[in-house]
Amino acid sequence: MTKPELLVTPGSVSEMKRQIEAGADAFVIGEQRYGLRLAGEFSRAQIQEAVTLAHEHGKKVYVAVNAIFHNKIADELDEYVQFVRESGADAIVYGDPAVLMAVRASAPGFPLHWSPETIATNWYTANYWGKRGSVRAVLSRELSMDAIIETKENAEVAIEVQVHGMTCMFQSKRPLLGHYFEYMGKNMEIKKRQGAQNMLLHDEERSNKYPIYEDENGTHIMSPNDMCIIDELQEMIEAGIDSFKIDGVLQTEEYRIASTKLYRTAIDLCVENPDQYEEEKEELLEAAEALQQDHRPLDSGFFFKETVY
Amino acid sequence: MAALKNDSISAIVDGKRVIVKKPELLAPAGTLEKLKIAIRYGADAVYIGGQEYGLRSNAGNFTFDDMKEGVAFAQRYGAKVYVTTNIFAHNENIDGLEDYLRGLGEVGIAGIIVADPLIIETCRRVAPNVEVHLSTQQSLSNWRAVQYWKEEGLDRVVLARETTGEEMRLMKEKVDIEIETFIHGAMCIAYSGRCVLSNHMTARDSNRGGCCQSCRWDYNLVEMEDGEETALTTGEDSPFAMSPKDLRLLQSIPGLVELGIDSLKIEGRMKSIHYVATVVGVYRKVIDAYCADPENFTIQPEWLEELEKCANRPAAPAFFEGIPGADEQLFGVHGKKASHDFTGLVVDYDANTQIVTLQQRNFFRPGDTVEFFGPDMDTFTQVVGTVVDEEGNELDAARHPLQIVKFKVERPVSKDDMMRKGL
Repeated sequence: MTKPELLVTPGSVSEMKRQIEAGADAFVIGEQRYGLRLAGEFSRAQIQEAVTLAHEHGKKVYVAVNAIFHNKIADELDEYVQFVRESGADAIVYGDPAVLMAVRASAPGFPLHWSPETIATNWYTANYWGKRGSVRAVLSRELSMDAIIETKENAEVAIEVQVHGMTCMFQSKRPLLGHYFEYMGKNMEIKKRQGAQNMLLHDEERSNKYPIYEDENGTHIMSPNDMCIIDELQEMIEAGIDSFKIDGVLQTEEYRIASTKLYRTAIDLCVENPDQYEEEKEELLEAAEALQQDHRPLDSGFFFKETVY
Repeated sequence: MAALKNDSISAIVDGKRVIVKKPELLAPAGTLEKLKIAIRYGADAVYIGGQEYGLRSNAGNFTFDDMKEGVAFAQRYGAKVYVTTNIFAHNENIDGLEDYLRGLGEVGIAGIIVADPLIIETCRRVAPNVEVHLSTQQSLSNWRAVQYWKEEGLDRVVLARETTGEEMRLMKEKVDIEIETFIHGAMCIAYSGRCVLSNHMTARDSNRGGCCQSCRWDYNLVEMEDGEETALTTGEDSPFAMSPKDLRLLQSIPGLVELGIDSLKIEGRMKSIHYVATVVGVYRKVIDAYCADPENFTIQPEWLEELEKCANRPAAPAFFEGIPGADEQLFGVHGKKASHDFTGLVVDYDANTQIVTLQQRNFFRPGDTVEFFGPDMDTFTQVVGTVVDEEGNELDAARHPLQIVKFKVERPVSKDDMMRKGL
């Protein structure tokens, strides 16, 4: 069995060093001008530094250029994708076809990971973007385990799946927090809470608390629970899923490092000693639960949840 | 808004500038009845949903037979019918797609509105005579992505609701492709396609038609500091809300025409025939008036008043002029009542007796002041006199939905005209 890549989202170059020790194989980094919902901001110099560091250790760096672009930034993309290629990074993560156009024009042949978040929902469309230059599809978080396996069986591109962390439920172009404070006449609050990452929408009916924050890309609302399928990796590893991602956005560095360690253990066990994995997986799940804040329980996302329409 | 650099929009006729490239007015049609009304009231094209692959699983969607009838009706008026097939498909939706698209190809529709490349490519293969339009679900908001879809051979793109007029201009200047944009109706506050609130909150897949509009609900805002929660909304405050006002670009129609936008779209397949008739009727007038004489065009206050008669939310121009402010969202009370009730649909008129035969749609009674409007008449008001039922029995009120009633009208009316009452 091939070992899937363990992909993480570091907050800084210094964290990357710790992540490498913790067992990460690859990193998604970038800056919010071009990338969505990142765990940290990486300037161009830092991306360069990150690539050098990762490659010294045989690790990979993927640069997030997955925002929904308007004309202004769409015109900057040629220059940015050229920079990414020159940095030596291993791939660009994108969702907007404008990035595909920029890569064709300015960095032809550079590897692309298709990652449009909520809309990567079937194998045919994954292959469609594969035929247009993508080497990997990052699947939507709203898919079931069965759908993920079926997609892998039919995919001509590598398949990446998020296995742990928060997922995005909503992105608006409008600054919704700022607008709310403005409506309430609390203009002071807008400045005070600029860039704040500790706000929650409380849904009393469901007893859920959804993280909400604003940045250059608008307003983002995140899932109330962290998904965790550390105890359900076997089927996906057997199916040959290529990359397991831990999304560490809005988490602390300590949380991210600890979860990387747990998944490193789980993946290694599952591949090298499946029987031992069966025995230890409950303990691994308990260890993951121990990392959680009280208001953010773990769940298994949409892996085993039926969705109707 | 200034005209495009390459002005193919207008011509000088008898010394007067007129618009020669009139945009298509595209209306929603949730049912066959709504399709007919939309076209009668001036839509150049309508979009409908089929039994599958569309985003309104609760709308009264069309069977293939309904579509044939709709297409035949539309053709009599030179109008087109498009079908929304804009879900993001899951693997389980692939089976059956070819048959469905082949069926669409056979009923004579002009095009489909699609988000998922799976459906784009399959349609090309099995129903190549059908035009393919990219849905707003792809959140298309820059010219290079427009260029991408052009090169992929799409016939038309529908822009993201987040696109400004100036952004549209650049797209039009850079890429030769038909552009469709929303001008009126309810809108997502999220980028369309990038919201799965319903999936999380109600286990319904928003990108396959299961949206339960969780964005219109109220929430409390809480701040978390060192594990301690502080409520930022307290008792006296309105709760946190993110409900957008409805889009209304009536005043921007001149700008949209001058930009060469090809199709102006009204939202609302779930809306009533009264809504469709009113909104389509108003925009028909606005577009015609501007195109006939752009130099002397002014916005008539009665057009805006007319829209209020069916509006159940306050309206705003949203992104057309830039990112909308706090005043374009609804806090506290989220809706409002329309200024008028739809009280009846004209099914017949006898010119000799001046008696109208009306299908009741809301309560009215003798003595009420009512207004008649329609596609080929000037709106008039009158007081309702004696009302009788089909058997000629006098009624103290028209109480029953769809009941057939008759009374004398002061001016001629015709089938499909409507009667409404101020509230």
